[in-house]
Amino acid sequence: MSMHSKPSPGPLEQLIRKNIADTFKPTVLLIENESYKHRHHAAMRDVDSTETHFRVTVVSEMFSGQSRIQRQRLIYSLLKAEMAMEGGIHALTLVTKTPEEYDIVPVVPKPDIS
Amino acid sequence: MFRSGLNNAVLRSVTQRSLLMSSRGAGLAPAHRYLAARFITDRAKAMIDDTISQNDLVVFMKGTPDEPMCGFSRAVIQVLQMHGVDEIAGVNCLQDPEIREGIKEYTDWPTIPQVYVKGEFIGGCDVMVQMHQSGELHELLVKEGILKADAETEVTDKEQ
Repeated sequence: MSMHSKPSPGPLEQLIRKNIADTFKPTVLLIENESYKHRHHAAMRDVDSTETHFRVTVVSEMFSGQSRIQRQRLIYSLLKAEMAMEGGIHALTLVTKTPEEYDIVPVVPKPDIS
Repeated sequence: MFRSGLNNAVLRSVTQRSLLMSSRGAGLAPAHRYLAARFITDRAKAMIDDTISQNDLVVFMKGTPDEPMCGFSRAVIQVLQMHGVDEIAGVNCLQDPEIREGIKEYTDWPTIPQVYVKGEFIGGCDVMVQMHQSGELHELLVKEGILKADAETEVTDKEQ
């Protein structure tokens, strides 16, 4: 099996990681740059950035008692400027769990977005 | 108590990050970029108000239910169809820049698609998919009368 070296995380990905880590003290924080899957889409035609789409999984005690919408809003507000700016984050696929919920359902199937 | 503490943490972090941003020298200062996307027009607000009050279920999306123009919008339509929702009201945000920006502020949600049921925001793509997987979506659709309780709703999920 050949080993493909993963490209090192770009500045936006590092920023997402740092902000989420500082704020939510997550027990699990997975960030996948999925921008390559979307680069042919119409909305991406004039965008040079290779950091437009991320799949982010955050497991944090701080989500307990919060609805899915509340949890996502917290993350969106944390990354507001990056999402609003031109050439910034176009979309986040968010999985937000408490440690208890994450133990029960460790794998969330990906939606078909082809 | 807890929540306001968390929001404060979020706010602080946004401020810290704004400093980081400006040091990257990415053109306009962050504050200006906020403003550009900030103001919903009266027309857009009225149209959104009307749309969500006149449709039990409506999807603000890119493209149309018959022809979605974005994978996330397509996923939401597919999930609803899988549950047996035949006639889906869709608002094509690509056709109207005021709605496209306005709906984000209206809902306080930065991305499209957005699903409203009986005037209430239900979620975007991730929330819909997760509610589908947990069974909550079927419950909601029945409770709100979008689906009949005894309707044939063969929910199959090839990933499970």
